Amino acid sequence: MPDNKTQTGIVFDLKKFAIHDGPGIRTTVFLKGCPLQCIWCHNPESQKLDPQVIVKVNRKKVLDLSYSETKDIIGREVSVDEIMNEVKKDIDYYDESGGGVTFSGGEPLMQPDFLKALLTECKKLELNTAVDTCGHAAYESFEMILDKVDTFLYDLKLMDNELHVQYTGVGNKIILDNLKRLATKGKYINIRVPIIPNITDTEKNLTEIIKFLKSLKTIKDVSILQYNKLGEGKEEKLNMVRRLKNTQPPSDERMEEIKKLFTDAGFNCKIGG
Amino acid sequence: MNDRIKKLRQQSLDARPSVSLERGLLITDFYKSGKADRFSLPVARGMAFKYILSNKAICINDGELIVGERGPAPKATPTYPEICTHTKSDFEILNSREKISFSVDDQTMDLQMKEVAPFWGGRSIRDRIFDSVDKEWKAAYSAGVFTEFMEQRAPGHTVLDNKIYKKGFVDFKKDIKQSIKNLDFYNDPEAFAKREELKGMLIASDAIIWYARRHAKELVKLSEKEKDKARKKELKEMAAICERVPAQAPRTFWEALQHYWFVHVGVITEFNTWDSFNPGRLDQHLYPFYKNDIEKGILTEERARELLQSFWIKFNNQPAPPKVGVTAQESNTYTDFCLINVGGVKEDGSDAVNDMTYMILDTIEEMRLLQPSSMVQVSKKNPDRYVKRAVKIIKTGYGQPSVFNTDSLVQEMVRQGKSIIDARNGGASGCVETGAFGKESYILTGYFNIPKVLEITLNNGIDPQSGHRIGIKTGDASKFKSYDELFDAFKKQLHYFIDVKIKGNIVIERLYAEYMPAPFLSILIDDCIKKGKDYHAGGARYNTSYVQGVGMGTITDSLAAIKYHVFDKKNITMAKLLKAMSKNYEGEETLRQTLVGKTPKYGNDDDYADDILREVFEAYFSEIDGRPNTKGGHFRINLLPTTVHVYFGRVLGASPDGRKANTPLSEGISPVQGADVNGPTAVINSAAKIDHLRTGGTLLNQKFTPQLLQDDDGITKLAHLIRTYFKKDGHHIQFNVVTADTLRKAQANPENYRDLIVRVAGYSDYFVDLNLDLQNEIIRRTEHAEF
Repeated sequence: MPDNKTQTGIVFDLKKFAIHDGPGIRTTVFLKGCPLQCIWCHNPESQKLDPQVIVKVNRKKVLDLSYSETKDIIGREVSVDEIMNEVKKDIDYYDESGGGVTFSGGEPLMQPDFLKALLTECKKLELNTAVDTCGHAAYESFEMILDKVDTFLYDLKLMDNELHVQYTGVGNKIILDNLKRLATKGKYINIRVPIIPNITDTEKNLTEIIKFLKSLKTIKDVSILQYNKLGEGKEEKLNMVRRLKNTQPPSDERMEEIKKLFTDAGFNCKIGG
Repeated sequence: MNDRIKKLRQQSLDARPSVSLERGLLITDFYKSGKADRFSLPVARGMAFKYILSNKAICINDGELIVGERGPAPKATPTYPEICTHTKSDFEILNSREKISFSVDDQTMDLQMKEVAPFWGGRSIRDRIFDSVDKEWKAAYSAGVFTEFMEQRAPGHTVLDNKIYKKGFVDFKKDIKQSIKNLDFYNDPEAFAKREELKGMLIASDAIIWYARRHAKELVKLSEKEKDKARKKELKEMAAICERVPAQAPRTFWEALQHYWFVHVGVITEFNTWDSFNPGRLDQHLYPFYKNDIEKGILTEERARELLQSFWIKFNNQPAPPKVGVTAQESNTYTDFCLINVGGVKEDGSDAVNDMTYMILDTIEEMRLLQPSSMVQVSKKNPDRYVKRAVKIIKTGYGQPSVFNTDSLVQEMVRQGKSIIDARNGGASGCVETGAFGKESYILTGYFNIPKVLEITLNNGIDPQSGHRIGIKTGDASKFKSYDELFDAFKKQLHYFIDVKIKGNIVIERLYAEYMPAPFLSILIDDCIKKGKDYHAGGARYNTSYVQGVGMGTITDSLAAIKYHVFDKKNITMAKLLKAMSKNYEGEETLRQTLVGKTPKYGNDDDYADDILREVFEAYFSEIDGRPNTKGGHFRINLLPTTVHVYFGRVLGASPDGRKANTPLSEGISPVQGADVNGPTAVINSAAKIDHLRTGGTLLNQKFTPQLLQDDDGITKLAHLIRTYFKKDGHHIQFNVVTADTLRKAQANPENYRDLIVRVAGYSDYFVDLNLDLQNEIIRRTEHAEF
């Protein structure tokens, strides 16, 4: 086991003043690589584990995650120490607002040792931690980090296994099983449902999600996330093929209707993160 | 808002600013009559003030509850020829310029040329200043190294405390007479001068009492003619109020507002003070009257709101006096910077937020007027719900209120040597300037173009824009061996120009002290009566002269670019950089992109750049802070721009940070537009590396899209952001909440967006009144926030 601080992983972004990724003002660290390939993904550059070339964006961020003068590369190998140096800079904001650090992706559990090392360092500083996960990971990976996570932001997309395969590239059994087990561990879990017209937004799917969540008994909070077209246009730059096209975001009215579905079923439901 | 207020508000919005020659003619008449020659200067100034207030037209607008206009009608704006005598071409420019224009009719033009201008030529302060300063000063001034506030407007910058709510002018007269009695002619060589000054104050006291009584008489006349019973009764009541105040101290909420308003009109009639006078801690002053009236059952909450709204409209009726030339460019707005303070702490240090605080916040939200400006003082002692209430108004997107850190304000004042009680009773005024209300003369003397000093340093003392040598020789920049050598040269150049500026200030301070006493204002500011000294001559308890540094972001990024690329990475030579800059980066786009995109920049919580910021701050601070002024006080610094960063950018060639020639500098302590790419916490962390407590004010602009603040969670998080900045001693922060799309639409169709108010720099303004450069800059800032 290497020393936590020198351990490295592939990270593709670090966002400060993140206010939709858990309680308070947070820093969100985006780990690269995802086992799913959702066709509506708004961060398609996060899917592959390896760094990827993208058209140059001329901005120098503090944590410079590009390392080429002529073209930008999405993602780079970064040490825990480097990440923590950036995370520490905003401690005053976490303290004031009850915020902390969120690990997102991609799927952070794709790099379990790196994630564990990061969470361990966060807990040494007594920071509030959140992990944003699609749930598709070995349960052992969850167990590795369980005692270091305060909040799980857990995505639920489609209850029908075949549709799940069709739209995300994998089945949903692991995801649902992991959530069932996690729901018994006394951790705060915020369920996140992306609302994609005609895909996740069908009466059947939403009804089944509600039914499933109720059966878990410990879930209280659900966020519904409005589909956005941010990912469109990125796929060409990334030479990607699988892509949702010509789908409009759901209307605000529709979002309110869905919110009501969840609220009526006894959940605290929020539009947006 | 009821129908009456709606009508008065609309009238105020619709009134077109015009130049009124009423005051200009009256003061010219008075001085031409020869009366002034028979008396000492302060006595003559007191008499001139009385002459104006005794003869100016009385304006009572239909339906209004608070009376008194500076001009003969709302937005009819007087001139002050004894300070700045407008030329024919000045008036023509004012009348015809696209932005911030004032209509000037033919008769006004004619009378100015026949009656006013010939008399004041050579006598006005503006003429005296340009006759009295050195050629070095003129060279630096013309090149845009600094501006000079006092060449068109008087050094008024001050704010009132609570004294007028306890005393009327009859009481002040008693104090003045006592001070005359106390004069020791046998031992005090200044006794005679003091007596003359105090006599001037007595005359000025009579003048304001008489001015109010003229309103009372007019109100009686109007009430006799009035058919509507309710209004008839109201007019009688108003007449009684104007008989009482400001001669006597006010007893009711309504009297308190009218009392202040007469004082306000008095101050802004005596002089065109820089940054209009202002009541300061209004919630603190009004609350006792409100509470008492409500308890007695003589006032309802609804009526209190109506009176407060009427009061607000009076401010909006008084545009900043017309400015021309560089002065117009440094502060291009109708706003006269009456910055109402609410919240903060009481003089015992406890939480000062009360019911009146919230009522004033409601008024700010409902009135949505350009003037008065408003701010909230936020102390660690103030409750969160108060901060959130303010954020809810900010999110409506008209740039008010701005947010100030009481705990820093107090510490800044204590460091400057003020008593903690005076500090707690103070606040901020103008844009962001710290002051001990009612006890301090804190004069902004002019903006200082810090990046311009680097440009001159890089050219060995020559201003490349004109080719003239205006600085000192500090060596050929392309031969510098190290960054330290460059920075030393910069410091030497800075020292030279600060010397030039300060010498000019000393001369100008004395010109006002010698030729332009302010007996009326002197009554209001402690300890002028006690000392028998004029406000302009050191009568105030505290006397501070500020030199406002501009372009902190631009200078930091410029020095960082040189240090990083020329001396550390050695990938660009100084000679190549200087040559590219001299060509405005023509044909050097790759180099420019490297400077813009691949260089550490201020505003990203990156110590490489922020350490340079600290060095620049120390250099600027130590050059100025603590130098004595002529009034027994000291020079201090603050960091704010109003609109001068556009003018200062226009006189500056391309800079080492990749900025193109003649484009705006960064404003306040905000990062260069677009240079901050790590979000607001990084900006705030960078900005907090400045030692705010050693300034008299800093200005930080942040922009947010409306989406961020759409729910309560977003509002709470913005409040947390503010609190965190203030824990780090941040002085001030302000927010623009509007989309770039809306702004672009407003630029294309200004007629549909007449009411769109945005935050500029230390104040809000109508977007359509801003010039194209400023509009584009605000669009750029906003777009950046949406990225």
